[in-house]
Amino acid sequence: MEREKIESIVKKFLVEEIEVDENTIAPGALLKEDLGIDSLDFVDIVVIVERDFGFKIKAEEMTGVRTLADFCDYIETKTK
Amino acid sequence: MKRVVITGMGIYSCIGKSLAEARDSLHAGRSGIGIDPARAAHGYRSPLTGIVEPPRLKGILDRRLRVGLAEEGEYAYVATVEAFREAGIDAGYLEENETGILYGNDSSAKAVIEANNVVMEKKDTTLLGSAAIFQSMNSTVTMNLSTIFKLRGINMTISAACASGSHAIGLGYMFIRHGLQNLVLCGGAQETNLYSMGSFDALSTFSTRVDAPTRASRPFDAGRDGLVPSGGAASLVLEEYEHARRRGARVLAEVVGYGFSSNGKQISQPSDEGCEIAMTRALADAGVSAREIDYVNAHATSTPQGDMFEAIALDRVFGESRPLVSSTKSMTGHECWMAGASEVLYSVLMMRDSFVAPNINFEQPDEYSCKLNIATKTVEKKINLLLSNSFGFGGTNSALVIRKIQ
Repeated sequence: MEREKIESIVKKFLVEEIEVDENTIAPGALLKEDLGIDSLDFVDIVVIVERDFGFKIKAEEMTGVRTLADFCDYIETKTK
Repeated sequence: MKRVVITGMGIYSCIGKSLAEARDSLHAGRSGIGIDPARAAHGYRSPLTGIVEPPRLKGILDRRLRVGLAEEGEYAYVATVEAFREAGIDAGYLEENETGILYGNDSSAKAVIEANNVVMEKKDTTLLGSAAIFQSMNSTVTMNLSTIFKLRGINMTISAACASGSHAIGLGYMFIRHGLQNLVLCGGAQETNLYSMGSFDALSTFSTRVDAPTRASRPFDAGRDGLVPSGGAASLVLEEYEHARRRGARVLAEVVGYGFSSNGKQISQPSDEGCEIAMTRALADAGVSAREIDYVNAHATSTPQGDMFEAIALDRVFGESRPLVSSTKSMTGHECWMAGASEVLYSVLMMRDSFVAPNINFEQPDEYSCKLNIATKTVEKKINLLLSNSFGFGGTNSALVIRKIQ
């Protein structure tokens, strides 16, 4: 999937479903500290990613993911 | 022993989504019963139900605080906002003072069934999301409301079938009376979705008077053919009397008696003896005689058996003085886990505004209800003392006595 498309989908669900403040969304934003995504939100993001991108996030593959750009990189790798 | 008063109430029901709306419906004898076409399509024997639209809380309540609320929790949240507002309790008070919550609830069927459907399809529990567990448990209302309102006192759900809400108030009364809490949010919640009542409908206890929904719930009437399920939520702020006075709170009524019993018989069979023991105990606890009671809010659900046993018990306890009796379920339908709390709330509204709401659809007494003084029309009357009955499956019985504050 194209990077632009991935970023658009991620932004949409973060704003509409996880209800992240749209103004805080930026590639370098830290998922936890800047976007306020907590461990329970992440349980919901697993469900949304499976629905929107068709794969299941594995916790062990997410260890290096800290920023929104990292997260989109991860999705890009998985959807290639 | 401490005195226990009610200083705030909130309601979300098929006869009103605020105290003012509910009060007007009660006074006008207005029914909230209708037909849910989806129930017929889903295989229900009866599509009759109280019509309650779930509130929309997106944009009102933060996502993390909102998503754990099952439907009955959403009702309870809205009712509680009104109750705390009426009681003059704000976030600052709750932060500085220990407040408890004892709420009646006995199912969260929709959350459980929907989660099960996902697992059946996906074969993967990690695709359920974070909210399923917090919506699915019986304590969903108390676990969510205690988090939303930051409550730090006694915190638990009372599951006692159709007497849940009444026992919740009774237990809140006991906690305050014994000096263990100054303020307890009490209430009852009942889901009304498609999945919530299928197993109850399976017992063929629901009215099938589909040609006249508002006439289907007819407690004590000889022509009754079953109950009409309903729901929503009712919240009541119970408070220690001196604490309320110090706060300058407006006192709506005083809880003066709680009686309980268990039939110890067949699981769905009501008992006149069990009803009588609960009522007699509540009167003794209140230190009042049966003849002092001005009004009885009956449990009467409109089932042939239940109403008969309650009428027998009412006649035995109140036969000499024959106070006015009505079942507000004639208008609301049977609000089940919520009913014990909502009916105290409805009764306190009547007490506050000096009227007895009618037992609508009572047209023809039977050999038992003919002995009762049933209010068929709205009666303008001062109520100083009232008794509210609630009974449930498994033979659980609860009665509460409420006194007007002079």
